[in-house]
Amino acid sequence: MDWGNIFGNAVGEIISPTTAAYALAAIGLGIHFGYTGLLNFGQAAFLLIGAYAFAIPTLAGAPLIVAILCAIACSVIFAFILGIPTLRLRADYLAIVTIAAAEVVRYIVTTTGLTDFTGAANGLSGFKGTFAAINPIPEGRYGFGPFSYNEYDWWVRIVGWSLVVLASLLVWLLMRSPWGRVVKGIREDEDAVRSLGKNVYSYKMQALILGGGLGSIAGIVFILPRAVQPANYTTGLTFFIWTIMLLGGAATIFGPIVGSMIFWVVLSLTQGVLYGAIESGALSFISTTQAGQIRFILVGVALMLLVIFRPQGIFGNKKELSFSV
Amino acid sequence: MSNSESAVVSGHPLVKGEVGPGCAKVDPIVVADHVTRQFGGLKAVDVDHLEIPRGQITALIGPNGAGKTTMFNLLTGFDKPNTGTWEFDGKSLAGVPAFKVARAGMVRTFQLTKSLGRLSVLQNMLLGATGQKGEKLIASLFKPIWRKQEEENTARADDLLARFKLDAKREDYAASLSGGQRKLLEMARALMSKPELIMLDEPMAGVNPALTQSLLGHIKNLKSDGTTVLFVEHDMHMVTHISDWVVVMAEGRVVAEGPPESVMKDPAVIDAYLGAHHDEDLGDLMEDGPNPVLEAERKAREAHPEIEESPGWAENPTPPTAEEKQA
Ligand SMILES: Nc1ncnc2c1ncn2[C@@H]1O[C@H](COP(=O)(O)OP(=O)(O)OP(=O)(O)O)[C@@H](O)[C@H]1O
Ligand SMILES: [Mg+2]
Repeated sequence: MDWGNIFGNAVGEIISPTTAAYALAAIGLGIHFGYTGLLNFGQAAFLLIGAYAFAIPTLAGAPLIVAILCAIACSVIFAFILGIPTLRLRADYLAIVTIAAAEVVRYIVTTTGLTDFTGAANGLSGFKGTFAAINPIPEGRYGFGPFSYNEYDWWVRIVGWSLVVLASLLVWLLMRSPWGRVVKGIREDEDAVRSLGKNVYSYKMQALILGGGLGSIAGIVFILPRAVQPANYTTGLTFFIWTIMLLGGAATIFGPIVGSMIFWVVLSLTQGVLYGAIESGALSFISTTQAGQIRFILVGVALMLLVIFRPQGIFGNKKELSFSV
Repeated sequence: MSNSESAVVSGHPLVKGEVGPGCAKVDPIVVADHVTRQFGGLKAVDVDHLEIPRGQITALIGPNGAGKTTMFNLLTGFDKPNTGTWEFDGKSLAGVPAFKVARAGMVRTFQLTKSLGRLSVLQNMLLGATGQKGEKLIASLFKPIWRKQEEENTARADDLLARFKLDAKREDYAASLSGGQRKLLEMARALMSKPELIMLDEPMAGVNPALTQSLLGHIKNLKSDGTTVLFVEHDMHMVTHISDWVVVMAEGRVVAEGPPESVMKDPAVIDAYLGAHHDEDLGDLMEDGPNPVLEAERKAREAHPEIEESPGWAENPTPPTAEEKQA
């Protein structure tokens, strides 16, 4: 087994754009669930909308900024569509609607009738031009050891992680403010907040839009190093984002970032070890395909262990959970 | 009804005309008409006409299931009536969402307390303050915009917390409070908004007698600050000692109204509480044994000779009249 390679790949995941994208998506979900108490089980849909609403205008020749604004605008519209009928109802209704809506949008982009726009099951590629064009880094290979990338890969990482920092700063500013106090109050008991004269519906909508908007930006970061593939946006994606958020701590600033890093490093390590063991013949009774699935079984087991032994996540406050509220 | 008539017949200065269920008040703050709420076959609320006098302490009493909480829910927009209209301060509030009712100055508390568990006691309090600039999404990002207001609100909150004996709990999660402390927190939080009318659903339930005594003092102080109080309470002693006016509900209807001293003797009230066949009046329920409120107060005074918070009512335990103004 090539341990150097296995660890190199795993360490590389710490700053990979995918890790940044998942962290952004988890920060958005943290606004929804961690702070406001909204049960959004369709965060994958916001990533999908960000990806397609960025890629389609770009491929049609729109400038970068237009494509980004289009992605954000579409996620805002989607948040309204989800929120208007459900945010007046009990919390569980949003959960049902988001999980269904995420599947609906995935089926829509996969239909062959829309092949000209969405590429159907093949997805979209060739949309990196406008983003690469504003890359200030000269051509070449930079870095050392496992962190050795070309100018485009560095550019994606720098932009992706800058966005993560900005999003974390935004959440920190919001949650220390009276606005944050209102949404946290809504998480605890929305009738109490209503009785104090706050427009609960409006705050929930704002939170849904903010978190969804971060999800759509995560969707853009996610596709910059790869192609748009509708198969990436299953409910599995949503549950990975939930895992990351719970791993780090739902209502914390650094939780989503560290959660995403741990998630991807562990996935990469297990993949490296399992594949290495199969190739070297140490594991003969499973194939590499099965090994890929075993990794996700491990994710499930880890999530169960997490909620049993550290339900508040890595950064969460144990005291908060000792109350049965 | 003319003034001369009321002067002759009414017998009570808060009332225009004759005292009785649904009677008109001289200066009502809430006027409700034909409010009904049906739960399946049950008419939980069926109020033809009800007026709440401004600037007074009004008690809403009645047996369990009389519809008091439901009436609260309807008036404050937490529930929708089948029929009915009502006004607060001359503005129609029928169909107005709960948060706008609160903003209009009509703030309520809940019988089953709703403390915000994973917020600190202080944060709970601050949430009650109105017109906060920092509650707007964009402005919230810039602390200088809301810092000063936050400091003022914090000072107010600390003041109220001290009055409600919760100052030691300031930084604790509200979830760690006892049931009675949550009642106190909810009442203090409602007061943060400086409401014109505060509606308290059983504010004293679960609060120990010594603190009850000082709470009664707070309620009286509210009145002297010009706040109208409407409260639901089962303890008849409390009701007689603190309220200027009593409204009695039974089976969804207002069956009697009047000043506390006479309403307890109203046959309709005795019917409501004891059923139609009885040979005692409610006074018997009250006059057995020592008066527990006064008893508690005496004990509290013995324990804390420094407490001098509610001058007036203890020395003068008879129900205050309308003219009586708190010093
Ligand atoms: N959501 C509801 N669904 C069905 N019935 C209800 C509902 N809320 C209240 N009721 C019924 O309406 C009636 C009035 O209830 P309400 O809570 O207003 O009583 P209350 O006067 O506040 O009583 P208590 O003094 O015990 O608090 C009761 O018979 C109750 O069972
Ligand atoms: Mg009740």
